[in-house]
Amino acid sequence: MSRETEVHTLSVPPGGTSDRAFLDVRDLRVHFGTEDGLVKSVDGLSFQLERGRTLGIVGESGSGKSVTSMSLLGLHPRADRKGKGGAILSGEIWLDGQELVSATPEQLRALRGQKMAMIFQDPLSAMHPYYSVGAQIAEAYRVHNEVSKAQARKRAIELLDRVGIPQPDSRVDDYPHQFSGGMRQRAMIAMALVCNPELLIADEPTTALDVTVQAQILDLMRDLQKEFNSALIIITHDLGVVAELADDIMVMYGGKAVEYGPAKSVFTEPEHPYAWGLLGSMPRLDRPVQDRLLPIPGNPPSLINLPSGCAFNPRCAYKEACGTACTTVVPELEPTDGAAKHLVRCHLPVETRRTTFTEEIRNHL
Amino acid sequence: MLTFIARRLVAAIGLLIVVSFITFVIFFVVPQWAGQTPEQMARAYVGRGTTPAELQIVETRLGFNQAFLPHYFDYLKAMFVGTTYFDGTTYLHCSAPCFGYSFRTYQEVWPTVLSVFPVTLSIALGAGVLWLIFGVASGVVSAVFKGSVWDRASMFISLLGVSLPVYFIAPLAMLVLCYNWSLLPSPTYVGFTTNPASWAENMILPWTCLAFGYAALYTRLTRAGMLDAMSEDFTRTARAKGLPEHRVIGKHALRAAVTPIVTIFGMDFGALLGGAVLAEQAFSMHGVGALAINSIASQDFPMIMGVTLFAALFVILANLVVDVAYAALDPRVRLA
Repeated sequence: MSRETEVHTLSVPPGGTSDRAFLDVRDLRVHFGTEDGLVKSVDGLSFQLERGRTLGIVGESGSGKSVTSMSLLGLHPRADRKGKGGAILSGEIWLDGQELVSATPEQLRALRGQKMAMIFQDPLSAMHPYYSVGAQIAEAYRVHNEVSKAQARKRAIELLDRVGIPQPDSRVDDYPHQFSGGMRQRAMIAMALVCNPELLIADEPTTALDVTVQAQILDLMRDLQKEFNSALIIITHDLGVVAELADDIMVMYGGKAVEYGPAKSVFTEPEHPYAWGLLGSMPRLDRPVQDRLLPIPGNPPSLINLPSGCAFNPRCAYKEACGTACTTVVPELEPTDGAAKHLVRCHLPVETRRTTFTEEIRNHL
Repeated sequence: MLTFIARRLVAAIGLLIVVSFITFVIFFVVPQWAGQTPEQMARAYVGRGTTPAELQIVETRLGFNQAFLPHYFDYLKAMFVGTTYFDGTTYLHCSAPCFGYSFRTYQEVWPTVLSVFPVTLSIALGAGVLWLIFGVASGVVSAVFKGSVWDRASMFISLLGVSLPVYFIAPLAMLVLCYNWSLLPSPTYVGFTTNPASWAENMILPWTCLAFGYAALYTRLTRAGMLDAMSEDFTRTARAKGLPEHRVIGKHALRAAVTPIVTIFGMDFGALLGGAVLAEQAFSMHGVGALAINSIASQDFPMIMGVTLFAALFVILANLVVDVAYAALDPRVRLA
């Protein structure tokens, strides 16, 4: 079946496929029905990503970033009609003109590993302990390509070589436990890249690695993205990682984007108090030791009972400045007046945010 | 690998010697500690009205008048080189491996055990195949369709299987299938070499009744193992690669879940080869288990010791096989 017919059997977006971004997520909601209530893990998320570009999704645990990536790949079991036993998805995910929320499991399966692939955190548990690294990579290749075992093995060796595994023709038969942490993550990357996916999602790709290896892996991912011209989503709580790699940054809190814009702009002129908190709690080696970190007080909110109004308000140090709106009205994700592409979800008046940032926050970052 | 097996076999022999020593102490020494005289012990082996001279003969044959260590050493030596019993009037030769002489049946222990072993082997083999196939299959189905009618039905049936012992199911099954409906012959052991078809037909009931309880256990084990494996990160990775669901379940998840099952199967099967006591008893089949029961009932100590060692041998061998199998199944395990 050609890709053309596949697109036409699905709904074609109003403006045709041409003016849509390569990845276009519109108002994505991922809810889970549990005994305690409806968990709104992702609640109205929209973003776009082109080939060759990198989006960094940043947030605390439970902010919905991993759920977002899993639902892009269609990895959540879907809930039944009563809304139980899995994820309730709504919204749209357009990948190269194909809509994924309404796609069948089989359509999604054919895309997984082929057109979109994922690099998981903690490669030791993400790889099967009983199969050799090479066999696992070759298997990913053979699902989507009609090739012999020998050809798939050759391809696995080629990929292991490309991601920087020394002596790939002998290491290909090693088991995951015989690799070091960094090599396992390289192998994981090789497994994700084996079918030349156009969308690559890396979920905390460096969290389980030690610092020296982290930098190597990030370099590798940057090189590979250039080489394959794939769209890359990096999910992390480590702002250092996205600072290195991302073109755009989306900060998530309580299942929603609270700040979204070009990386440079978000980094140098963050406007959301939560983003200030994230930046302020990042240790910097180039700052005097006396400057203390500025941790965000409190805990991430419950996704069943989000605080009314702005979900961040119980932890926000500036909510006095906007009166009652913070605790009663859910703020919209709106452009700041400067850069039209820089969106922020905050009730604070723009001027207040600017002055607060320049006067109070920036010196500490 | 080969050195590992060789070393384990040597260790196995050592372990068997320890087992023989313990059983020996229990049956020959403990009664003496408890205050029984050799004469009283020998009296247990003979009928009333035995003359003191005859009693003396039995006492000598059984070695009750020997000191403990020489007595045990003779017993041990006989295993490797055989022995000849002499009680002052007659010679009884017992060739290696000699595990003693039954003074109830006047037969050598080892050939007796070997002669009944095919019965136990037949029961264990057929039942093992049945419970492994059905237990694992229903466990996988239960896990994959967790909460479904299938899952609930198989959990209910396996609860029955775990709670209904073979000596309850066996008479019930015989009553219905053999006597009321005459579907099957009332089980009697027919040698496999004599008539394979008849062998299988007679074995169906013992196999299914024995396998039922084990299959129930294995269903639960497999279900739990599969549920674990299906929630593992590597299963998610397999899905993310775009593998079809049957490969995700049947290859990646099952491969991880089945490894501990193989281990437990090896142990259970090994233990069963040392005597399927309940099943043999329930179907009146004279295997190693029935031999053990009868020997205990008649206080035939040499026979009890022989059967015990025989059972221990299989448990030890099963352990060795399991270790080797585990290393073959799990590349993280290194034999050393």
